[in-house]
Amino acid sequence: MNFTLKIWRQKNQKDAGRFEMYEVQNISPDASFLEMLDVLNNQLVLQDRDPVAFDHDCREGICGSCGLMINGRAHGPGRKQATCDVRMRIFDDGQELVIEPWRAKPFPVIKDLVVDRTAMDRIMQAGGFISARTGGAPDANSTPVTKENAEESMDAAACIGCGACIAACPNSSAMLFVAAKVSQFALLPQGQIERKERVQKMVIQMDKEGFGNCSNNYACEAECPKGILVTHIARLNREFLRAKLV
Amino acid sequence: MTLDSKVPDGPIEKKWSNHRFNMKLVNPSNRRKYSVIVVGTGLAGASAAASLAELGYNVLAFSYHESPRRAHSIAAQGGINAPKNYANDGDSVYRLFYDTLKGGDYRAREANVYRLAEVSGSIIDQCVAQGVPFARDYAGYLDMRSFGGAQVSRTFYARGQTGQQLLLGAYSALSRQIGTGGVKFYDRREMLDLVVVEGMARGIVCRNLKTGAIESYIADVVVLATGGYGNTFYLSTMAKASNATAIWQAYKRGALFANPCFTQIHPTCIPVSGDYQSKLTLMSESLRNDGRIWVPKKSGDVRIPSQIPEDERDYYLERLYPSFGNLVPRDVASRRAKEICDKGYGVGKTKMAVYLDFADAIKRNSKQWIEEKYGNLFDMYHEITAEDPYAAPMRIYPAVHYTMGGLWVDYNLMSTIAGLFVIGEANFSDHGANRLGASALMQGLADGYFILPYTLGDYLAKTKFKSLATDHPEFKKVNTDVTERVNKLLAINGKQPVSEIHKKLGKVMWDFVGMGRSEKGLKKALKLISEIREEFWNDAKVIGETDNLNIELEKAGRVADFMELAELLTFDALHRKESCGGHFRKEYQTPEGEALRNDKKYAYIAAWEYTGAGKKPKLNKEPLTFEYVKPSERSYK
Repeated sequence: MNFTLKIWRQKNQKDAGRFEMYEVQNISPDASFLEMLDVLNNQLVLQDRDPVAFDHDCREGICGSCGLMINGRAHGPGRKQATCDVRMRIFDDGQELVIEPWRAKPFPVIKDLVVDRTAMDRIMQAGGFISARTGGAPDANSTPVTKENAEESMDAAACIGCGACIAACPNSSAMLFVAAKVSQFALLPQGQIERKERVQKMVIQMDKEGFGNCSNNYACEAECPKGILVTHIARLNREFLRAKLV
Repeated sequence: MTLDSKVPDGPIEKKWSNHRFNMKLVNPSNRRKYSVIVVGTGLAGASAAASLAELGYNVLAFSYHESPRRAHSIAAQGGINAPKNYANDGDSVYRLFYDTLKGGDYRAREANVYRLAEVSGSIIDQCVAQGVPFARDYAGYLDMRSFGGAQVSRTFYARGQTGQQLLLGAYSALSRQIGTGGVKFYDRREMLDLVVVEGMARGIVCRNLKTGAIESYIADVVVLATGGYGNTFYLSTMAKASNATAIWQAYKRGALFANPCFTQIHPTCIPVSGDYQSKLTLMSESLRNDGRIWVPKKSGDVRIPSQIPEDERDYYLERLYPSFGNLVPRDVASRRAKEICDKGYGVGKTKMAVYLDFADAIKRNSKQWIEEKYGNLFDMYHEITAEDPYAAPMRIYPAVHYTMGGLWVDYNLMSTIAGLFVIGEANFSDHGANRLGASALMQGLADGYFILPYTLGDYLAKTKFKSLATDHPEFKKVNTDVTERVNKLLAINGKQPVSEIHKKLGKVMWDFVGMGRSEKGLKKALKLISEIREEFWNDAKVIGETDNLNIELEKAGRVADFMELAELLTFDALHRKESCGGHFRKEYQTPEGEALRNDKKYAYIAAWEYTGAGKKPKLNKEPLTFEYVKPSERSYK
């Protein structure tokens, strides 16, 4: 398959950045999107041109490193996929693909398609944990969890922290990301002790980093590679209110 | 060099508790005076950094990722072992110890393996306390499943994402410490060298991947938790950035490298489909609980699987190993798959695959039951191959997955360089010649949560430290060395992209140093590796600048080190004239095609010592003695 690529190039944070056009030929339909970019990069290296920088690592949809806007869609047109899961067979031969980095104020571009997502880590550092020190835990089976809650908690915990929800949101809101963590712990008995403190601290940090608010656009849910539901945002709101009022 | 394993005296079940009492402690108020560098923040590194900071040490943690949550521990699917015996099926610490030692084909230290089994229960407790959403039964208690090499259900899991959930647990503990200042986290830093001052590891030199700056950091001890070296083979289930540079440079600074030839080839991966391919994807071993492996009885049978009747199928693992069946250990399953494909019974386009069939399980239970248990794995398979594994069997083939070898460490997890500790996959310690499924997560977390925090304190309490600054001549020297290496890579200016040369190396490693090794093949590999290395230094094209993010430069440095390591790996495989676990030498097998160990000559850990560029490494042996489990032919019949 052949493709025309329109890729965002930006040398560093200060550079204004621009689109550049490239052509790739003879791409296998079974190749992944990132493997297609590997081919492009080898091509560029041989032409003495700077290869396109993009984040990636596990290439099996779990580390959350990769994240590209492909034709305006976070992680491409498919549902429940990370960029590395996207296979070229889903595109048309000869199609033009516009490739951009995540665009959000709290995600400054480091180079080309690589952005700095450490703002998400700082939210986690503010409260995304249960303060269980190493060593003092009781026997694992002494804390039963209903299967229902365990499953729903796991649904939320599946978040890979890629930032697609933020990139897809017109407000650059991080609420689905924060909600996933708040929900995971709020559903478990272990998470009850710090329940109120956690949600407040995470929300404060989220605001401090410059993420926007939720206006029920639901783009986050549509683009989430792990299918995390917006109902978790409803729980986040409930948890936040409860922490403030009760 | 004499290798002192420092294994404590006493009966095996008392060794660790006695040792814990005998070790020196650092007074809580003195801990803040010590600093610890932890390189790598996957399961082992994150759990260690968090636990050490909780104790009060100043921790500096480094990762080439932007966030600790990106580490490849996250990709582990199936589960984590612990002998809780919640299933009431006869499990015990001793049985896990026995299974792991036997699974490793009697090439690990008994005392280490016992300790691993002993602390593994606490890991599950710790993870539950952190909010890891393990699978539960309807009463709310933890659910377990079984894994290869075991006849009990001792594997705890969180769907097919156990590694992710455990890593996020460790990451949350680490995040808490970063938030309170106990840990200072340095993101996008790649360790390129170790600084040894007067025989003690006192710091690292790394490249800031964002700015290109070469930076030096000082501490009282250095902990390496930088993972395995499977990417030496180019195609593997490892993440693309996984690399051996940190342990390789430590080796060149004097740490011994143990059993490099003990590499694990995982039996159930999605087969290679084309030469554009950048990595291989694992399908969890847990699938072998319900999937049956088979090939057609007739070689070259091109019928679609559903048209091949039951009596024309060869369920070869069930036939050869009736008591373990499809749940034989990984090395055995992989070797048998290769053997059957080499004989021409393979399936699919390339004929280098076997079927993993769920039809019986779907019939016995239901499609929904399979979906609940393995849904994400089935989705992944579908996504990659565009085939529906609910309707037709999966096609699978072995792929490089894990490396049991690594830097040599004593019972305290310290290498042969004082103050250099090595944990997780980066060390060689507990898995012998073959790792059992669901044991990597166990070892990474055991080292980080429950072993290192004690043994590191003992070293600190017994050692006197000089105060240092980065203008110390040794720091300056290493900094210059690193800068020169970086410049040398950029100056090659050849014609081939780095990844193309890496691919060539990988092919040689897979063909000659993969599943079936022979003297002739290994010698040929040594020749080819040195030719490829020459090619790299003459013809690689490393483009770009040193003052910003340079992905080609990062790759080039890693590949340069893989090429040197490949040679040591091959050298070790050549020297070990026996078959054991993942190391299968065609010359040494039983009439039934099983690995034939030579306990008289090779019951030792081969620890290689660097003797200078271009010189042969020196072999040091740590003999293995077995007091509790007598080595026998590993039978899974």
